[in-house]
Amino acid sequence: MNAARVVPANPRTRLYVVLALLGLASSALVVRAVDLQVVRKDFYQGQGDARYLRDLSIPVSRGTIFDRNGEPLAVSTPVESIWANPQEVLEHVERIPALAKAAGLDEDALRQKLIDRSDKEFIYLKRHLNPDAAQAILDLQIPGVAAQREFRRYYPSGEVIGHVLGYTNIDDRGQEGLELAFDDWLAGKPGVKRVIRDRLGHEVENVELVREAQAGRDLTVSIDRRIQYLAYRELKAALAEHHATSGSMVILDVPTGEILAMVNQPSFNPNARANVEPSWRRNRAVTDVVEPGSTMKAFTISAALESGKWKAHTPVDTNPGTLSLYGHTISDVHNKGLIDVTGVITYSSNVGAAKIAQTLPRDQMYDVFHRFGFGEVTGCGFPGESPGLLPIAKAWGPVEQATIAYGYGLNVTPLQIAQAYGALANDGRLRSPTFVKGAQNPDRTVVDPQVAAQLRTMLETVIVPPGGGTRAAVRNYRVAGKTGTSRTAVGGGYQKKYISLFAGMVPASAPRLVGVVVIHDPQAGAYYGALVAAPVFGRVMEGALRLLDVPPDNVQNWYTAAPETARSMPARRQAPDAAADDANVAEEVPE
Amino acid sequence: MIVRAVALVLMLLATIASAIGVVYARQQSRLAFIELSRLGNERDDLNFEFGRLQLEQATWAENNRIDQIARGRLGMVSPAAAQTIVVKR
Repeated sequence: MNAARVVPANPRTRLYVVLALLGLASSALVVRAVDLQVVRKDFYQGQGDARYLRDLSIPVSRGTIFDRNGEPLAVSTPVESIWANPQEVLEHVERIPALAKAAGLDEDALRQKLIDRSDKEFIYLKRHLNPDAAQAILDLQIPGVAAQREFRRYYPSGEVIGHVLGYTNIDDRGQEGLELAFDDWLAGKPGVKRVIRDRLGHEVENVELVREAQAGRDLTVSIDRRIQYLAYRELKAALAEHHATSGSMVILDVPTGEILAMVNQPSFNPNARANVEPSWRRNRAVTDVVEPGSTMKAFTISAALESGKWKAHTPVDTNPGTLSLYGHTISDVHNKGLIDVTGVITYSSNVGAAKIAQTLPRDQMYDVFHRFGFGEVTGCGFPGESPGLLPIAKAWGPVEQATIAYGYGLNVTPLQIAQAYGALANDGRLRSPTFVKGAQNPDRTVVDPQVAAQLRTMLETVIVPPGGGTRAAVRNYRVAGKTGTSRTAVGGGYQKKYISLFAGMVPASAPRLVGVVVIHDPQAGAYYGALVAAPVFGRVMEGALRLLDVPPDNVQNWYTAAPETARSMPARRQAPDAAADDANVAEEVPE
Repeated sequence: MIVRAVALVLMLLATIASAIGVVYARQQSRLAFIELSRLGNERDDLNFEFGRLQLEQATWAENNRIDQIARGRLGMVSPAAAQTIVVKR
């Protein structure tokens, strides 16, 4: 009070001081504001966003695989995976026993795992639980434990079609088979959305869709589930009956080249990720090679007819049933004496095939085999497909040329045999097989249509007595085909292990289906293709023709409404009800 | 002078209206986005449900199972070719 009087203040000065202070203070605020809002905006904005904005992945389901009739073969269905933030869980150690119990894990192991990974913020506790089991764990409300949606693949047909479809790994990516070949098509692209989350991880607001989720696309394959099952059942039964170790069967639709069925034994269940013998997972029909044996004679004869040097009824002298060539003996099981070119197919004469091959230039023979697709991948796009091995013509000596003529000294896959017989069935036009319905490959002429027609007529003689393949017959249908028997080649020699083959087509008058059966190492006595493989072909084709409503072309007893007009159609060739005796089905297997 | 004042007021009002419009549109977009997400989730759930049902149906209709039941429990056989008569049309 006194001081005020002693030093009287100049009100004006006081005002200026106050104003100056206020001005400084507000400038400081403005400077700070500009600094925060303009100069260092990016830094603070980023820091702020990092605390509540989150980019979340939107999981997408893998496309379904359907068979040609729309039956699901592989379906992805959502499952929950429980994950944890170890740091957060370890702050609540007392909850670990409850968590371990609910998740069905060992308590000590769980604790150890959490401690080991305590520098991480994410570990899976349990993957692919069904939604109820996952909810039971979430209901415990343990901090740091959450669920994440994932997808698991189920294969309702199991091992029947396991080799063709392949399987996916735990992250739903294709590992084998069509799952791998069409992985990009099936997988889709997970989307990304940006959300605002609070401290507890709840989504408060969706900010924007960064990338739209692109669901996996469906795939319709060419397989017919019913025929596939039929082939699976019959092949499995044949393997059991003949104590064989493995086998394959392929069925193609002739006009389109679509693969209607492809089965292998032994098989595996793609639903179970447990360890199975790796070889069981191989799609042998595509990845494994065999020597085609006598089934190859059809193409040797194609080359012979194409050369013009041979006609269907040109005589071939197979006496005395053996042929010596540079110290190598080629022999037939039974000496058939003087037969014609058709007879070489009917009786499967090795000597006849070798003699015919001797008259052909090796380049021409190689060219015909190569045109029929041997020695190259078929183009079906299956992962791990083997091209087989067709030695180049320059490497053929006289002995090689003779043995290749009856199917030794070259390697082919069962699918290649099916493709080549498909070309004979399709009037000489070869169409690469496909696994996708409606995605037929372009065809190309590989042999004159007349040659193909003559071959079909010759192959028909195999199925009726005295031909060797009578067990492949299908009642009411004409069948054309060829048996084959070869031996397993090991390290330059041949083992006493046999491979029984049959390749054929039905109905022979206008082929619709081509089938190939390969059975390895039958040990119950019989091993000729005619006895082991041919019956499988007959049984499967009988069912397949019925399922596909293929009109019969060899009916002996038509049913007509008025009995008096009922008469038997004169059948061109009668399908036998009983198989011929075994003498006719024997074919030579060279040492 | 009056004209200018009126124009100014109009501009001011238009600015305010536009600002409110922005807020409104933003709000609408959020609501629409939430609705979109909800419907998307619903669609996904229905798809998953459909997949599960398809799977269940395929499992029941599995050829091997039908085969077993038809042959074993119901004693059915497929007629042999010899028992089949083909009807001519």
